[in-house]
Amino acid sequence: MVKLRFVKALTIIVIIAMVSVIAACSGGNDKNAAESSGTPSASDSPKASESPKETSEAPEENVTVKFGNFSGAGDTAKYLTQMQEAFEKEHPNIKIEIETIAYGDYFTQMQTRVAAGQAPDAYELNYENFVSYAKKGVLLDINPFFEATQFDKSTLNQQALNAFSADGTQYGMPGSFSNVLLIYNKELFAEANAELPTNDWTWKEFDDAAAKIRALDKNTFGVFQPIQFHEFYKLVQQNDGSLLNADKTAFTVNSPENVETLQRLVDRVLKSNVMPTQAQLSGVGDWDLFKAGRLGMIVTGVWAFSDFMQNVKFEWDVAVEPGNKKKATHFFSNGLVINKDSKVAEAAFEWIKFLSSSKEAAKIRVDAGWELPAVTYPDVLEAYLKTTPPANRQAVFDSLEFLVTPPVIEQFTEMADILGIHLTAASEGAKSAQEALDDAQKELTDKIKLQ
Amino acid sequence: MRNKRDRMKWLTIVLFLLPSTIGLLVFSIIPIFYSLIISFTDWNGLNPWNLAAGTPDFIGFGNFKAILEGEEFWRVLKNTMYYIVLYIPLILAASVLAAILLNNAYRAIGLYRVIFFIPVLTSWVAAALIWKWLLSDDYGPVNAILSFVAGIDGPAWLQDRTWAMPGIVFASIWKDMGFFALIMLGGLQAINPAYYEAAHIDGANFWKRFTRITIPLLSPMLFFVLIMCIINSFQLFPQVMIMTQDAGPYGSTQVMVERIYKFAFKYYKMGYASSFSWILFVIIFAFTAIQMKLQKKWVHYDS
Repeated sequence: MVKLRFVKALTIIVIIAMVSVIAACSGGNDKNAAESSGTPSASDSPKASESPKETSEAPEENVTVKFGNFSGAGDTAKYLTQMQEAFEKEHPNIKIEIETIAYGDYFTQMQTRVAAGQAPDAYELNYENFVSYAKKGVLLDINPFFEATQFDKSTLNQQALNAFSADGTQYGMPGSFSNVLLIYNKELFAEANAELPTNDWTWKEFDDAAAKIRALDKNTFGVFQPIQFHEFYKLVQQNDGSLLNADKTAFTVNSPENVETLQRLVDRVLKSNVMPTQAQLSGVGDWDLFKAGRLGMIVTGVWAFSDFMQNVKFEWDVAVEPGNKKKATHFFSNGLVINKDSKVAEAAFEWIKFLSSSKEAAKIRVDAGWELPAVTYPDVLEAYLKTTPPANRQAVFDSLEFLVTPPVIEQFTEMADILGIHLTAASEGAKSAQEALDDAQKELTDKIKLQ
Repeated sequence: MRNKRDRMKWLTIVLFLLPSTIGLLVFSIIPIFYSLIISFTDWNGLNPWNLAAGTPDFIGFGNFKAILEGEEFWRVLKNTMYYIVLYIPLILAASVLAAILLNNAYRAIGLYRVIFFIPVLTSWVAAALIWKWLLSDDYGPVNAILSFVAGIDGPAWLQDRTWAMPGIVFASIWKDMGFFALIMLGGLQAINPAYYEAAHIDGANFWKRFTRITIPLLSPMLFFVLIMCIINSFQLFPQVMIMTQDAGPYGSTQVMVERIYKFAFKYYKMGYASSFSWILFVIIFAFTAIQMKLQKKWVHYDS
């Protein structure tokens, strides 16, 4: 029968097509390879040798700086444009060409372009990707520019600036900046007769208050602090622990201090249940739980402020996150970097310096409530402090004193993912804290190269 | 004279084929072979190629060795197999059943056929979000029905390492069933009703007619669907990424393509990822070749 023979032929054709699609799956990644192979000499002449002093000979020439970013997408685009206008007014010979790519596509696009030798002159990177880029040598060392322009580093928050150096080389400047602190529901505290958080709080007071609030009602929880990599690397330091040994040559993930830290976090979920399990959350976001008035305390970032100011109907405030043996707080920052092969590196530096450390850009940021600038200008920060709620905005800056930075490891994302999986195993009770960290230690030692 | 016309004909054919051939070459064939080259390197996917300076370094079968010796590959393969073992029988049964139902002359049968096909047209992003809600622990309808009908306290599906993969299987079946049912329906309609009549007169009941007439005559379709499903299963990806963000409760829904994507674009190990995808290719190729051999035993192309 003709029809059936046709089916057989169709079967074979479709199989061949599908099999080749699989390979194309990996092939898709290779478009960049195909492009880059066309320009193998692009990296033959790294402009890194072109020192800023050389290029500074012709400052009057008109140049165009291409700037790639993801944080200026959507609502924030207009603020980035304001910064661009202010900059171009100050530097009439430099034109900025802004290219905004949505966050979801940003890093694959940037990877392709860097590999093809077509990266923008200056671009934005989140911390995770910054480490990989820096360690792979595709970013320009900006220290020579700091020296050439006698840049005053004290205008920037030191930890934020340090976060964008690797192996003693400064590869970027902090663009925006958001730190993490304790946000609490004042009304639930009053109801539970618990004392309000202070700067002297430690884990004990923290957990006691959480227990009191949890006792109020079956559907009210004391605290939410996600059990994941970013919280964990900070929390172990509150307990004098660390993920790496002092000279950063070996993992120390399953040290007694770390196990104790994780045990506490797990107990909060599974034993005292002051923190909801995944099942109890059942898809409700942690912020939504807080906004619904069902959560006493939440450890989250200042980026929650604008949402909470609009949508929280009860009284709330903030405090520095409690520590244990010592205080440690963490932050998220997006860095601004310069492409190693940029032909207009000097102008690119002027632009990222402006974005990162100028008073004008900082003011635009503060006025817009677009995260925080990483700057230290008291008058700019004054404006930020005046806005309420929260009344205790000062805690945002008090927290900076205790900032810790994540470990600088080339395989950063992979490390964070591996540790994350083991942390979840513990948080759901599938493994004990000790077992989970033993397994994490083993897997990290196997898979992650340290130097 | 004839020669000239022949040449013209060839030229026309070539011209018409050229655009798609170029597309195929540039976007499929060349990248496929490129990925094979990359799979023998330690390329990180970030540094431009500069062979003179040793970027990237050719490391022979180093990536393949590392993948096959590591524990991760086997764990991921096991997850994929878990999916296949659940998915294949269910999708075959579901699509045959749906095809039989849709092969009747109800009123507005066209409408039913369209309804069955709608999930196929839905984007995976939307479908996955719907299923996330359906399967949610406290307020999801699936658990509500389970407890109402059977008094079972349903699991937290996508948050549970045992049940996350079955949850993804359900969503996939819902989504894929319409497409495969359509193929089966085509097969059913090609069966000559005379066979059924003859069997009916001989006193064969419904089950006999189904196993002795429908299944054998549908076997080319079943074979086609089986192969498509196995290939699809090995390529499982969007469901996993959206329904169980970042591969679920401690990696219980980590599957091959998810790993390949992470290695290539998140962990900056393009060489390793390319090797991984070639291993995946070999696995699928082997599975398909075995199926092609085995089909002689059960697929009837001639009635």
